[in-house]
Amino acid sequence: MDALRTPHLLTVSDLTPGEMEGIFRTADSFLDLSSRTVKKVPSLRGKTVVNLFYEPSTRTRTSFEIAAKRLSADVINITTSQSSVVKGESLLDTVRTIEALGADGVVIRHPASGVPEWISRRVGCHVINAGDGLHEHPTQALLDLFTIQKRKGRLKGLRVAIVGDILHSRVARSNIRAMSLMGISVRLVGPPTLIPKDRGDWNAEVFHDLREGISDCDVVMALRLQLERATANYIPSLKEYAKFYGISPSVLQSARPDVLVLHPGPINRGIEIQDEEGFREHSGILDQVHFGVGIRMAVLYLLMAGGNKGEGNA
Amino acid sequence: MPNIHSSGPPDLSPAHSVPLLPDGRVLLDASQIDRMIRRMAHEILEKNQGVKDLYLIGILKGGGVLAERLVRIVRSIESVDVPFGTVDITLYRDDLSSKSSPPFLKESALPEPVDRKRIVLVDDVLFTGRSVRSALDLLMDLGRPSRVQLAVLIDRGHRELPIRADFVGKNIPTGQDETVQVVLDPGRECVVVTRKD
Repeated sequence: MDALRTPHLLTVSDLTPGEMEGIFRTADSFLDLSSRTVKKVPSLRGKTVVNLFYEPSTRTRTSFEIAAKRLSADVINITTSQSSVVKGESLLDTVRTIEALGADGVVIRHPASGVPEWISRRVGCHVINAGDGLHEHPTQALLDLFTIQKRKGRLKGLRVAIVGDILHSRVARSNIRAMSLMGISVRLVGPPTLIPKDRGDWNAEVFHDLREGISDCDVVMALRLQLERATANYIPSLKEYAKFYGISPSVLQSARPDVLVLHPGPINRGIEIQDEEGFREHSGILDQVHFGVGIRMAVLYLLMAGGNKGEGNA
Repeated sequence: MPNIHSSGPPDLSPAHSVPLLPDGRVLLDASQIDRMIRRMAHEILEKNQGVKDLYLIGILKGGGVLAERLVRIVRSIESVDVPFGTVDITLYRDDLSSKSSPPFLKESALPEPVDRKRIVLVDDVLFTGRSVRSALDLLMDLGRPSRVQLAVLIDRGHRELPIRADFVGKNIPTGQDETVQVVLDPGRECVVVTRKD
């Protein structure tokens, strides 16, 4: 197998471990691009990518935009606050309009879970999920695993602690699936109110004590406290959360000496991440941003560089 | 594999070489191939008057192993390590959008910048010339080589673009409906022509 079978990237479950490794290998080739004279390759020349974001985003949208442009695609950004959505246009009408304008791929972020999947069944272009509600954020999980692989040299057999608001985190959901698929053992660390009661088929240990949870871990992934989702109602106070679940140089003493710290951003500094300077050499947070472009280039290229979906890509 | 460059030699693991021993008309055996590659190495040195600024770049998959062999022979003649790299030209192909799904990329490895170098592009088989066109476009995006030459083990004809090789192991007339496979795995080296089904 040397290509993706799926025409869309909606969830991590669309991918096999072999396909994930293929994406990582492809992303690796794209990383060299930033050191070249011409920082572009012609693979998506003549194709159009539309970023359709129903939620605010800086890094994901910018990352997709840079990725698409480096592949020579034309990129159109639609942020819904400045579009006909505020005039009451329905989601499906918006997407159909975009498709009629000639988009080959739509990168969509939406506050409701399942929207990208719903759209993918109704349009003819490629659909990429850039985060849907509490469901998934597959490219974030891919770039997190890619960062871990680049920094640790492997994935299989590592132990990762995901710390914080698991309940409201699509990043955590995608990561838990992807990590299990790649043979990483996952721990979930957070206050009982922020860990889902029903964890379905997740193969993850739960800890409520931070130091215990990260002990002997190779990677600590802090999640953002999603203050805009009223997460504050789930914890006694921000100060208390920061005290018990903030990642600081002293807390990291409990993890492995070569621990890698990740955060999907944007960071609430002083809450999830405290005194990053104090563990600078352990931080992979800027690597995540850098590798994210490579991962998104790989995904766009692998989904879109071929013929049209109707011509047998599925 | 000999470590030619400290800054990361290309990985030419078996995954990059021809996976199966094909069955068909065997045209060349190991000793014939070896003599051809030796002659090509001498020709490259003669035409470039030595190894100054020489840089061998193999086009994946087939050209990688051949470039490595050429570099090894050059070293045995001149006692100098010539830099060599590999490039994956998939992103520059002109038939990407006519295929259903684009393939995962193979890892290119270029230990040095191409600027002001005398590049010898290396491939196993020269056919339509489209791969070489892709590789040339890729090279120009990487920088500005002082000169680019082309070395191929087999020239099988049927060019679709105005491209010709500077160094040829052997010209083999073929039909459009035939495929030429070059196997350079140690111990099983051969060039085989098979008719497509």
